[in-house]
Amino acid sequence: MNTIRFEDLAVGAALPPFTTPPVSRLALALYAGASGDHNPIHVDLDFARQAGMPDVFAHGMLSMAYLGRLLTNWVPQQTLQAFSVRFAAITHVGDAITCTGTVTEKDDAARTVRVELTTRNQAGEIKLSGEALIALDA
Amino acid sequence: MIDKSHIGAVISRHSVDVEAGRLRFFAKATGQADSRYVDLARAEAAGYPGLPVPPTFLFCLEMESPNPRALMERLSIDIGKVLHGEQSFRYHRMAYAGERLSFETRIADIYDKKGGALEFVVRETRVTDAKGEPVADLRSTIVVRNR
Repeated sequence: MNTIRFEDLAVGAALPPFTTPPVSRLALALYAGASGDHNPIHVDLDFARQAGMPDVFAHGMLSMAYLGRLLTNWVPQQTLQAFSVRFAAITHVGDAITCTGTVTEKDDAARTVRVELTTRNQAGEIKLSGEALIALDA
Repeated sequence: MIDKSHIGAVISRHSVDVEAGRLRFFAKATGQADSRYVDLARAEAAGYPGLPVPPTFLFCLEMESPNPRALMERLSIDIGKVLHGEQSFRYHRMAYAGERLSFETRIADIYDKKGGALEFVVRETRVTDAKGEPVADLRSTIVVRNR
C-alpha cells in the first residue's frame, strides 16, 4: 500500500471508491452472526412484516463497516481519530452499495484531514452520509 | 412518550475478550479482503500486536453485554419500531485480538420530534482497556417510530 502524506492531499481529493455485490439475505444472516446484532427485523421476514415493513432490510452498521473498509483501504487505521454516520435511508435486499469519500477540509496546524463519506445504492440514492477525521502523522 | 428522567442513567457495564476468530468472521461478513484483518503475520508486519479490531467492531462488542435489550426494556421500547439513526466513534487508540475491553453505557439524551411521532434515544459508551485507559467513545442515536 502506498503511504499517503498530508502534504500530497488536496481538498476535493477522492478516496478510491468501490461497489459491493448486491446485499443478499445470506449477507444479512452472516452479518447478524458476526456482529452479534440479532435484531430479527434484519433476518426474519415474518417478524419484519409484523413490524409493518415489506421485507427484511440491511443493518445500517453493515454499510458503516463498508465505509470503514473504504477508510482503511486508503490510510492505516491508526490514523483514524473519529468516524460518524447518519443513516439517511434504509438499505434494502438487492441494493449494490457504492462507497465514496472526498477530502473536504485540511487543517495544517493539527495536520488532520476531514473526509466526507457516502453510501449510495444502484439508483444513486444516498443511504448513509458521514465523515471521518484522519491524522496522517499518527 | 419515553420517560426523560432516564437521561444520565447507566444502563450497562460489561467486559469482553476480543477474539481473533470473531474478527475473522466479521471480516468475512463485511467483505473485508485486506489480509491485515485476518492474517496474524500480515497484521504483525503492519506493526500491529495482534489482529486489529476494525473501526466499527467496537459497536458489536458493545452489544455483548449480558442483556443487550436492557435499554429497550428499561424504556419499554418495542424493538420492531426502532431504527438506527446515527452512530459515531472517537478513537483514542486501536484495539487488538487478545485484549479485554470494558464498556460502560449511559443514556445521554431523550427527545422527540413531530409531536412525538418520532422519539430519539442517545446512548454513549466509554470503552476502556485492562488498565482503565481510554480506547474509544461511542455514541448511538436510535429512532423510535411511533406511527
